[in-house]
Amino acid sequence: MPRSERIVENLNAALHRLFAEDELVYLIGEDLLDPYGGAFKVAKGLSSKYPDRVLTTPLSESGFVGVANGLALCGNKVVTEIMFGDFALLSFDQLCNFAAKSVTMYGSRLPLRLVVRCPVGGHRGYGPTHSQSVQKHFIGVPNLWLYEMTPLHDNGAVFAEMLAREEPCVFFEDKTLYGQRRWVDGDDDVFRFDFLGERGQYGRATPEDVDRPDCVVIATGGTAPLALEAARRLFLESEIACHVLVPYRLYPFDIDPISSLLERADHIVVVEESVAGGTWGAEVAQHIYGRLWDRLNDRIRLVHSAPSIIPTAPHLERQVLVQSESVYATVREAIRD
Amino acid sequence: MLTSELRPGGRETAPTRLDDDDLELLLLIRHFERNLLDLFSAGKLNGTTHTCIGQEYVPVALARLLDDRDYVFSNHRGHGHYLSRFRDPAGLLAEIMGRDGAVCHGVGGSQHIFRERFLSTGVQGESLPVAVGVALHLKRHEPGALAAVFVGDGTWGEGSVYEALNMARLWQVPLLVVVEHNEIAQSTPTTLQMAGTIAARAAAFGVEHRRVESADVNAIRGLVAPAVERVRQANRPLVLEFATTRIGPHSKGDDTRTEEELRSVRARDWYLAYQKVFPDQFARLDTRQREAIERITRDVDARTPSRWEGSCPGQSES
Ligand SMILES: Cc1ncc(C[n+]2csc(CCOP(=O)(O)OP(=O)(O)O)c2C)c(N)n1
Repeated sequence: MPRSERIVENLNAALHRLFAEDELVYLIGEDLLDPYGGAFKVAKGLSSKYPDRVLTTPLSESGFVGVANGLALCGNKVVTEIMFGDFALLSFDQLCNFAAKSVTMYGSRLPLRLVVRCPVGGHRGYGPTHSQSVQKHFIGVPNLWLYEMTPLHDNGAVFAEMLAREEPCVFFEDKTLYGQRRWVDGDDDVFRFDFLGERGQYGRATPEDVDRPDCVVIATGGTAPLALEAARRLFLESEIACHVLVPYRLYPFDIDPISSLLERADHIVVVEESVAGGTWGAEVAQHIYGRLWDRLNDRIRLVHSAPSIIPTAPHLERQVLVQSESVYATVREAIRD
Repeated sequence: MLTSELRPGGRETAPTRLDDDDLELLLLIRHFERNLLDLFSAGKLNGTTHTCIGQEYVPVALARLLDDRDYVFSNHRGHGHYLSRFRDPAGLLAEIMGRDGAVCHGVGGSQHIFRERFLSTGVQGESLPVAVGVALHLKRHEPGALAAVFVGDGTWGEGSVYEALNMARLWQVPLLVVVEHNEIAQSTPTTLQMAGTIAARAAAFGVEHRRVESADVNAIRGLVAPAVERVRQANRPLVLEFATTRIGPHSKGDDTRTEEELRSVRARDWYLAYQKVFPDQFARLDTRQREAIERITRDVDARTPSRWEGSCPGQSES
């Protein structure tokens, strides 16, 4: 059986398809031209085929997101690549004060088709300024939608949805996923994979058809592999059944597709790589409490990185970042308590 | 030479005669702005506003050099920019007063206006990169059209300005940066916030720069028209710097300048110059515009509050 494609290939193919299908599509960012094709090779082949619509820019994150806004204002569909998500903070003004606010601040809806792609996350030894999971800094901005790449979802479909929103979106891509293979049902000897929600908003991994999971683990795309590894150990060691749920959209949090599953779960754990404080998990928990307070069996437990910068040396980085062991230990603790 | 000073018809010279339409537009803006300050004093306006008293001639001079296909990006001091393009004092006043008929339903207010190809925002410098994106689009799809951005001298402290100039020149896009250099930013004189000159900064990017000393609308047009045409035809970005004067306060009643400084800027007011040299034409049009603004104010004030349909249409759904 042929192995599934690598996630970076799926993302690259999604962009190629976008460009082929629509002349309004642009890609803007640093070092995008072939043969380099972007720092993580996501843009490979695009500049050769579409030289007019792939713009390699100076080091000007605020400036080129502004240019993207201008192109979007004229009706184009614009994807920008921030080389490292940490640098998206330099474009915060263009994203929040221009793109997100412009959708509504002029009294009637101003459509803007813009996706800002941000490679994020650590585990690669890039150090404090190139490893952050910055998702949480963008939560709660009206009309700014946050998406994250997952091992389950087809990036082509996710990009189509983001552009169809006609509102600015940030798409987070955990760097550790690029080289991994997509999760395809039938490929794993312990887990089966399926989707929840009418648009398959949540990818799910389940060890078998357990109607009432011992624990539901909601994990960001980037931490999904860690969550799956923990779930595998828990199942093989102790037959603890976790459903791992992976949303492609982080914000606004969409509880509907998973609400009935959460009700049936004994425990709920939310996993992300952001460091402690003002996390996505806290936002998720608040939504679940609001909807299901009376029906929950246990408090929701949050797993995230330590409240620290991300150190460079591997042994130090490991101390700070979420590991599969942290997910494992949290689920065990929940069941024991 | 990329930079040059355009002096003919400077402030010391008497202005040339304007046709009624131009003078009327100048006076419309002047009375609109004065009226706003009065409404503020009378407690009839909410929030803040920035008037362009003293600078009206800049957008008026440029109005005939711009056309409907051009995008105009305006800033916090943008009423003159808007009125020069649309001559819609009622819609703008309704916007500022939050009344029915407001251009943006009262959501944007004085500093956030969007209409057709006109857009203003309250974050200094933010519009420049956006305008580069728009100019790039125009160059490809509507050659001959340009993107104009109005900024003050204080805004040259923002990094976005330089990121934008760099890309504009690299990509050769039809970008017109209009600088209303009034020597002050809020309370800070330019001497305390700008090292070097705007001319030298433009030159560093290889961007053409023109400095205009004159406040004579006819003279300005004659002087800058060829350069603006080059922006359109050759996709050459241009920085057009107007040496101008802010006669009113930064916003309302917050002028920190000395009486002597204020006397000197007031003496350079185009209003007095046109009044002195063309008394009959001036008196006729001045009365007409003052009365028109009074009428519009009564009308707008009596209207019902503006209504905003759907605050966040997207995020209530999944
Ligand atoms: C990014 C940003 N910083 C600060 C302000 C507050 N502010 C509004 S106007 C202004 C002065 C602008 O000066 P200048 O660009 O010279 O324009 P002028 O007011 O003289 O027309 C300041 C500091 C702002 N609106 N945006």
